[in-house]
Amino acid sequence: MLAFLVRRLLTLALTAWLATLVVFAVLEAIPGDPALVMLGTSAQPEAVAALRAQMGLDRPWPVRYAGWVGGMLHGDFGTSLTYARPVAGLVADRLAITLPLAGLALLLSAGIAIPLGLFAAGRQGRAGDWAVMAFGQMGIAVPGFWFAILLILLFSVRLGWFSAGGFPGWEAGAGPALKALLLPAVALALPEAAILARITRTAALDTLREEYVRTAVAKGLPRRVVLRRHVLPNALIPVATILGLQFSFLVAGAVVVENVFTLPGLGRLLYQAIGQHDLIVVQSVVVLLAVTVVAVNALVDIACAAIDPRPRVQA
Amino acid sequence: MTGFMKRLRRLPVSLLLGGLLTALVVGAALLSLVWTPFPAEQVRVVARLRPPGPVHWLGTDHFGRDALSMILVGARNSLAVGAAAVALGALLGVPLGLAASAWGRWGDEAVARLGDLLFAFPAVLTAILLTAALGAGAVNVVLALGLFNAAVFARVARGAALAVWRRDFVRAALALGRGPLSVTLVHVLPNIAGVVIVQGTVLFAVAVLNEAALSYLGLGIQPPSPSWGKMLGDAQTFLFTAPLQAIFPGAAIAVTVLGLNLLGDGLRDALDPRHRSAGLL
Repeated sequence: MLAFLVRRLLTLALTAWLATLVVFAVLEAIPGDPALVMLGTSAQPEAVAALRAQMGLDRPWPVRYAGWVGGMLHGDFGTSLTYARPVAGLVADRLAITLPLAGLALLLSAGIAIPLGLFAAGRQGRAGDWAVMAFGQMGIAVPGFWFAILLILLFSVRLGWFSAGGFPGWEAGAGPALKALLLPAVALALPEAAILARITRTAALDTLREEYVRTAVAKGLPRRVVLRRHVLPNALIPVATILGLQFSFLVAGAVVVENVFTLPGLGRLLYQAIGQHDLIVVQSVVVLLAVTVVAVNALVDIACAAIDPRPRVQA
Repeated sequence: MTGFMKRLRRLPVSLLLGGLLTALVVGAALLSLVWTPFPAEQVRVVARLRPPGPVHWLGTDHFGRDALSMILVGARNSLAVGAAAVALGALLGVPLGLAASAWGRWGDEAVARLGDLLFAFPAVLTAILLTAALGAGAVNVVLALGLFNAAVFARVARGAALAVWRRDFVRAALALGRGPLSVTLVHVLPNIAGVVIVQGTVLFAVAVLNEAALSYLGLGIQPPSPSWGKMLGDAQTFLFTAPLQAIFPGAAIAVTVLGLNLLGDGLRDALDPRHRSAGLL
């Protein structure tokens, strides 16, 4: 297990380093002068030169890269030129919205998908199974941002139960804040729940074919007890893996859904930074998200290897 | 005819339904090349935000553009971006996966690490990064989605090819003195084609979804060329006055993705009956 752990952590470090290189290289490839792009073509040459110095563009790229990565390792992500604030502080503020949103979406996704998948597996080939699988197909096909718009149309425009967007802030109290996050979380959770329900069903069906489950059924245990006591714990291993992998989809989904609901989260910060040509924000947030995706995937691998010895033996 | 019907009935339901829905969307895209009710980019401010009616079957947007015409042309744009992203992904990813399977441990390692790196950037994130560097547009979307697809294709091709390399006829070909390149092209590639095609169909659906999301954000297909995602973005502004404009483009995306996903599932069942399950499941 130790060898597997070391190997996985080394891979994580290598991928994270490569991710910083890719992001830096892509933004280096921008044609023209980033300082001029930010200030506009009518800017005074002195102002452009000052901004170039502030952005560090007058230094060679290896120095800038080393400074950027070294800074990030110490929690210094640079200073946003639009907000005139350290990027780390900006990111922390926005994470206070994006993290609860992603957490709520994951909870909803697992809370909907696992019971549905088990229900379908227990009724394979029957109407209930078909209904769950039809939900799975539709959930994957419906774009999250369209579902978000439909939710706004129904619950905000027609019924007036929720606001159509915005965030009151945590200082307004947990109730109003969570209410503002509920519709976006539902929109984010639907496609994930659809995928997860299918995975849970397949995993549960595989487990149902095991000898010990057949024995439990032969002993006369009620179906509900068999599903809860014998099928669910074993089917949860692939489900947990997929839940971890879904994190990257949640990251991508959050960028879009936060924009639908004008939630001032990390995704919206990134989107706005592009429009404002605030490259240091784009660069830092993209790397942060990419490294988080890599780290979550590594954690899932390690957790799975701790539960199931096969991956670490193969490694 | 009876024989044809019998053969048709033996095909998986998902293949038939997926094929039908996909044919419908492809038909709409092809139709837009020769006919649309109105020019899709024609602005008529006097006819703005009209509800569906006999003249404008699906109504008009805030510029008075005909929604049906925009959806038809949008199908063409969406399918074109999806097809280009899948083609780019396959062209980069399949040879990489095949090479990794033939090169043994080091090839495997290289592809695995490259996959880790590309998977660290969800397609939307890559597109945002490229947009920040190169500007918004369909070409950058194709590039971003194509790179993500390449990682998926490489993994799938490698996995499928490794299984083929272990089979007796491949070992026999190697024993007869055929080189790795020749064995890859003559024996391995044809045997993994089915898996690659199925994966391509699924990735096509994902590309359509991502293109729509990026166009919604204004990072994808640029106006005045219509796109389903941009139509939804515009419609959101007028949800109170013209709610139906937020329905049709979304339904078009859902039908396209559903069709492609069902087609992928059906192809997988038809090519590998071991995967077959009841009906649409």
